[in-house]
Amino acid sequence: MTAVGADTSVRRSVSRRAVLQGTGALIVTFTIFPVASSQETGGAKTSAGAPKLPGSLTNAPFLDAWIRIDADGSATAFTGKAELGQGIKTALLQVTAEELEVPLNHLTLITADTALTADEGYTAGSHSTQDSGTALRNAAAQAREILIGEAARRMNLPADQLKAANGTVIAPNGARLSYADLVSPTLLHVQAQPNSKLKDPDSFRIMNRSQPRVDIPGKVTGGSVYVQDMRLPGMLHARVVRPPSYGAQLATVDTGAVERMPGVVRIVRDGNFLAVVAEREYQAIKAMRSLAVATQWRERPALPKQADLAATLLSLPVEDFTIFEKPVSTSTAAATAVEATYTRPYLAHASVGPSCAIAQLQDGSLTVWTHTQGVYPDRQAIAAMLGLAPEKVHCIHVEGSGCYGHNGADDAAGDAALIASQVPGHPIRVQWMREQEFAWEPFGPAMITKAHASLDSSGRIADWDYGVWSNTHSTRPGPAGSLLAGQHMARAFPPPPPKPLPQPEGGGDRNAIPLYELPRAKVVHHFIPSMPIRVSALRSLGAHMNVFSIESFMDELALAAHSDPVAFRLEHLNDPRARAVVTTAADRFGWAARQKGGNGRGCGFGFARYKNLAAYCAIALELEVERETGRVRVQRIVAAVDTGQVVNPDGIRNQIEGGILQSISWTLYESVSFDETRILCVDWSTYPILRFDSVPNRVDVDLVDRPGQPFLGCGEASQGPASAALANAIADAIGKRLRELPLTAARIKAAVGI
Amino acid sequence: MELKVNGRIHSVAAAPDTPLLYVLREDLQLNAAKYGCGLGQCGACTVMVDGEAVLSCVVPILLLQGKEIMTVEGLGSIDKPGPMQRAFIEEQAAQCGYCIPGMMMRAQALLQKNPQTSDAEIRRQLEQNLCRCGTHMRILRAVRRAAQLMQTPETAVDTGRST
Ligand code: FES
Ligand code: FES
Repeated sequence: MTAVGADTSVRRSVSRRAVLQGTGALIVTFTIFPVASSQETGGAKTSAGAPKLPGSLTNAPFLDAWIRIDADGSATAFTGKAELGQGIKTALLQVTAEELEVPLNHLTLITADTALTADEGYTAGSHSTQDSGTALRNAAAQAREILIGEAARRMNLPADQLKAANGTVIAPNGARLSYADLVSPTLLHVQAQPNSKLKDPDSFRIMNRSQPRVDIPGKVTGGSVYVQDMRLPGMLHARVVRPPSYGAQLATVDTGAVERMPGVVRIVRDGNFLAVVAEREYQAIKAMRSLAVATQWRERPALPKQADLAATLLSLPVEDFTIFEKPVSTSTAAATAVEATYTRPYLAHASVGPSCAIAQLQDGSLTVWTHTQGVYPDRQAIAAMLGLAPEKVHCIHVEGSGCYGHNGADDAAGDAALIASQVPGHPIRVQWMREQEFAWEPFGPAMITKAHASLDSSGRIADWDYGVWSNTHSTRPGPAGSLLAGQHMARAFPPPPPKPLPQPEGGGDRNAIPLYELPRAKVVHHFIPSMPIRVSALRSLGAHMNVFSIESFMDELALAAHSDPVAFRLEHLNDPRARAVVTTAADRFGWAARQKGGNGRGCGFGFARYKNLAAYCAIALELEVERETGRVRVQRIVAAVDTGQVVNPDGIRNQIEGGILQSISWTLYESVSFDETRILCVDWSTYPILRFDSVPNRVDVDLVDRPGQPFLGCGEASQGPASAALANAIADAIGKRLRELPLTAARIKAAVGI
Repeated sequence: MELKVNGRIHSVAAAPDTPLLYVLREDLQLNAAKYGCGLGQCGACTVMVDGEAVLSCVVPILLLQGKEIMTVEGLGSIDKPGPMQRAFIEEQAAQCGYCIPGMMMRAQALLQKNPQTSDAEIRRQLEQNLCRCGTHMRILRAVRRAAQLMQTPETAVDTGRST
C-alpha cells in the first residue's frame, strides 16, 4: 500500500464490513490440525495451563482478522503494526505469502488502522516481526490448511495427499482448485489454534531471501507515501503557536491583525493552545509567525542547570528496584577493584521530517491520519481529550519520516484533532515546524550509571554491582494528558504519572543485567519519577546507555585483568548464540591480527543481546582520532547478528547498518541543550548530527543463520554495542577512557591533552 | 506567474514571496521535495535549478521565473524509473526514505556536471543533506551505481513491487 492510506482503507472498510455482516456473530470453532512437529511454534502454555496462541493472535484470535481471501482469489493480510521505515511491510508480506502459498505480488497488506486491523499496541521495542510476523505466519499456515481441508472435502481425497502452491490446491492426479474456488465468507472466520503446520525452512521460497522493499519504488519516484503528501478535498492548513517553554502561560494575544491576513480562516484558542488555520500552507506559516509576535507568555525557570545535570538528577528522589541479585556462590578473594560512572545527556529523536497529521470531524465522527506508532492508544488519548467515545475516533496510520520512538507524531495528531473539532467538516493538516519538533518532542532521557566490580586473582570477575538512574522511558498515549494539546487546552489534562517499564524488557533498566556469567552480582534500577524535561521512548530505551556502560566497563576490567577484550568477554559468556556472534564478528574483523592501538588509531568491541531476549549483536570497529582536533573518523565496522529465523536478510542488514550509524551520531555528537527556562536546541545548527564526511568507509553485517528458530527483533539491537565499540576504540586509540556522552571532539582533545 | 518544472510550464497563483517548496507541493502536487526544516539546513527539499542543487525551502518563486526547475518526478516514474531512481531501488537505499529525494537531486546535479566524480567528492557534496535513519552507506553506493547507470543506457532493473 504505497498509495495514500485513505482510498485503500475506505474500500477495505466497506468490503470487510460486508463480510462481517454476512457472517453475523457466528463463531465457528473447530480443530483441524494434527500433532506438533519440530517446526511448530506457539504451543507454549500460559501460566493458567491453557495453550497460548502464537504472537499477536492472542489479541485477535480469529483468522480473518489477519488473512482475507476474496471471491476473486485476491489475498489480503492485516497487521496492527505500522511501517516506520524499518521495512516491516515487506517482511510481513514475505511471512504471509510463504505460509499461505500465494505469490508475493498477489498479496496486499493493510497496516495499523483502528477500523481494520487488530490492536497490536505500539509498533515499538523491535516487536513487530516477533508479534505480528508470528501471528501472520501462523494465521497464514492455518488458513492454508483450511483451504487444503476444503479442497479435500470437495475432491473427496485425504487432505495429506493435497498440497498448496501459488494460490491453488493441487491433487496428485493434477486436479486443482484455486483459493478463489474454495473460499467462502465464513471459511476463515474461525478461531486460531495454538499450533500450526509451519513450513520447513528448507522449503522456503520467499522467506530468508532478500526481497526488495515494497515501499521503496514509491519513495524514490515522488509517490504519495507520507502523511505529509496527503491532499484531501477541502483540506485546510494549520500551524500551532507553541508556548516558548514548558509550563508557559498565555498572558495576552491580539488576534485582530492576523485574522485579516490573506487566507486566514480561523484562529483557534483553547487555554494555552493557540493555532491558526489558513487556506494555503505558506499563508498558515506567515500567520503563525505574526500570531507568535502578537502573543505574550508568562514563563518561569523550571529546568535544571545543564552543567549540573548529572548531580541534579542524582539528587532527585528515587524508587529503587533490585532487578537482579545473585548471592555469592563460592567466596573468592577479590584482588583488584574497578569502578566507573558513566553519563548520557538527553537525546532527540530529531526526525528529518517534522511531525504532521490530518484530522477531519464529520457528523460527530473524527478521522485522524497519523504517523503514530500506536493507532489504538492514540485514538484513546484523542477521544478522551475531546470527550468522544473511542468508536467515534478512527485513527489511520500513514507513514511519516522515521520516528525512532515517541517523537511528535502523537502530539501532532492531537493538535490536528483539537483544531478539527473546532473547524468541523474540513480536513485539517497540521505540520510542525522544525523548531517545534526540537523544542517539544519528548526526548530520550538523560541517564547515569555506576558500575563496581572486582577481579579475582585469575583475572575473572568475582563480583559486580551496577546501578542505573533514569526517568521513565515511556510517556506514550493512552491518557489525554500524554498529548501536548491535552495538556495545553483550558481543561488541562495532567500528564499521566510516570511509571517504570517492568522487566524483563525494562525501560531505563533495559539491558542493565549483563548477559555475562558472574559469581555474585546486584543490579539496581534507581527510578526517578520527577521529569524536569519532557521524556519518552527513544529507540532502544535504556539499552543504549546500559550497553554503552557495561561494555565500556568490560573493557576497563579486561585492561585491569591484562586480558584481550574479546577473550575476556568470551571467558564470561556461556550462551552459545552469544559466543557465536562475538566470535563471528571478531573473526570477520580480523580482531586477533589487529594493529595494536595507540597514536590515534584504535579498535573496539561491543556486544549485547537486545533486552536479553531479542537479537544478538556484536560489533568490532576501527577508527582514527585526529589528535590535534579530537575528531573521530571511523574506518570500518563489522557486525555479526543473530535474529533467529531470518525473514528478509537485506532488510535486517539495512536496520543494523542504520542502527550503527544512528548510534555513532548519538554517541559522538548529540546532546539536548537548555537553559533554566527553555530548550535551546531548536534546529540542525544547535543540534548537530552525523554528516557524510564522518560516515565510516565500510560497514559489513554478517547474519548468523538460525533456521526454524523464533523471530528475534533486530531494529534496536545495534545501538548499544556500536556506542560501546566506539568508546572502546577511542580508549584504545588515545589511551584514555571517556565516560561522559557524547564523546565529542572537544572532550577527546581535552583527554589527549595536546 | 509562470514556473518551468520538469520541462513543463505551469502558471501558479501563489504569492511571489512563497518559497518554491510550497508551490511544488501544494500548487503542482509534486510530492518528492520534502519539508524538513525550512531553514536551508537539512537538504530534504533539494531540487535542481538550471542544473544546480538548490534548497527549495528558502528560494522564493519570484527568483525563478524563466529557470529550469527539476524535481525527482522529472527523473523518471515508478513504471519507468530513471538511472538515479533505479540505482536507489537496486541498492535498496532507503529506510524511511524521507531524506532520499533531496539526496537524489543533489547527486543528480553532481553527476550531470561530472559523471566521473570521486567518492570523496560525492561525500563532500552530500555533506549538506541529513539522513537520520543512518542510510548513508547505501546512499553512497546508490550514487556510485547511478554514475555507472548514467553511462550504460538501458540497464535492466528490478523495480520491486508497487502495491
Ligand atoms: S527543508 Fe530545505 S533545507 Fe531543510
Ligand atoms: S532514510 Fe530516513 S532520513 Fe534518510
